[in-house]
Amino acid sequence: MKGNVLATRWGIVLVGASIGVIAPLLQKLGNPANMGICVACMERDIAGALGLHRAGVVQYLRPEILGFVLGAFLAAVLFKEFRPRGGSAPVARFFLGMCAMIGALVFLGCPWRALLRLAGGDGNAILGLAGLATGIWIGTLFFRGGYSLGRSSPQSKSVGLMIPLLMAGLLVLRLAYPPVEGQAASGILFYSLQGPGAARAPLLVSLAAGLIIGVLAQRSRFCTMGGIRDLILFRQLHLFSGMVALVVVAWVVNLILGQFHPGFEKQPVAHSQHLWNFCGMMVAGLAFALAGGCPGRQLFMAGEGDNDAGVFVLGMIIGAAIAHDFGLASSPQGVGPNGIAGLAVAMGICLFIGLTNLRRS
Amino acid sequence: MADKTIDARGLSCPQPVLLVMENMKKLAKGTLEVLVDTDTSRENVSRAARMEGWEVAQEEKTEDGYRMILEKKN
Repeated sequence: MKGNVLATRWGIVLVGASIGVIAPLLQKLGNPANMGICVACMERDIAGALGLHRAGVVQYLRPEILGFVLGAFLAAVLFKEFRPRGGSAPVARFFLGMCAMIGALVFLGCPWRALLRLAGGDGNAILGLAGLATGIWIGTLFFRGGYSLGRSSPQSKSVGLMIPLLMAGLLVLRLAYPPVEGQAASGILFYSLQGPGAARAPLLVSLAAGLIIGVLAQRSRFCTMGGIRDLILFRQLHLFSGMVALVVVAWVVNLILGQFHPGFEKQPVAHSQHLWNFCGMMVAGLAFALAGGCPGRQLFMAGEGDNDAGVFVLGMIIGAAIAHDFGLASSPQGVGPNGIAGLAVAMGICLFIGLTNLRRS
Repeated sequence: MADKTIDARGLSCPQPVLLVMENMKKLAKGTLEVLVDTDTSRENVSRAARMEGWEVAQEEKTEDGYRMILEKKN
């Protein structure tokens, strides 16, 4: 690709491999096991840090997510790709974001974490990835049938800045209210004292990792949903090769760091209810497909000024709050008390949005 | 003059590529003019065109994105 080395086949492999190095290192430096990076979990933790849900074990304003958006924003500005746009069915995209999060929290991870769980030896990830591929495959049927949420249109610079500014604001909050040893809150922010929310790499490490990945992913267009979708829809391996590189490299780094523990039972922040692992990611995969990007990609596009992606991100954060407030999210013990019902509603919403937006030209 | 113009501006992934692929298959050979609004779409369309044996004969920046001419002679 002219002028953009990272958008070539080797570029995307390099980016996948870089994430494969960075994520296990984040785990080594303090992030939860097999969760060096998980867009869904980290947005869920942010929702908790802001008090949008009160699940005490998953509250931390994860700097990686802020870094993803701000890194993508910097790269977009630097390479003249900052293009404020929006207005393509925002409310439908908000609901797709919510549905994606509900599905991801039934499985306990987004596609990124599914790959990292696999690289850490968690066999349950196989069910999640199979579900993800199935959901994306259903999405491709809609696309073949003419599915479209309509066109976005150019917006003003300030509109494009909304999500990057939100993330900058959250960073200011994080700096203003740092965690206090033994305290579950600092200023207006909540901090988990135990559980995954209490496992965190140092602020600067997390932020730097987020920024680096934000820049790399914006340039390469790295997308875990797109990898599977393009393989199904176009028999194209481009994005998929980045995912393969991520898994292989993360697996090798995990082996070196002693973080590879193969098996199905007692995997970290995971459960072994195979059907629900599959169905959770199927719903998430369909929602990502219908919205045009995996949760990471939505953050990077939001950094480029894409308001529709920004709305999807906000939907995911509110979806996380709802998932924990209404008992939809799973735990290592299994699905939540209302998880299956929540999943059915989320699937219904995705199918409704898919079926009612088939436009044959 | 292109055989057909495809306006893929404002469409999210994978719609620009789907539209271009459909039209490349329909035409089999000739010239396609494609309008896109993002660099991602420009790269994706170029990649898809090359995969299908078409070449990107022309590419120019416009006020709101890019105008591409895809060509297949035989």
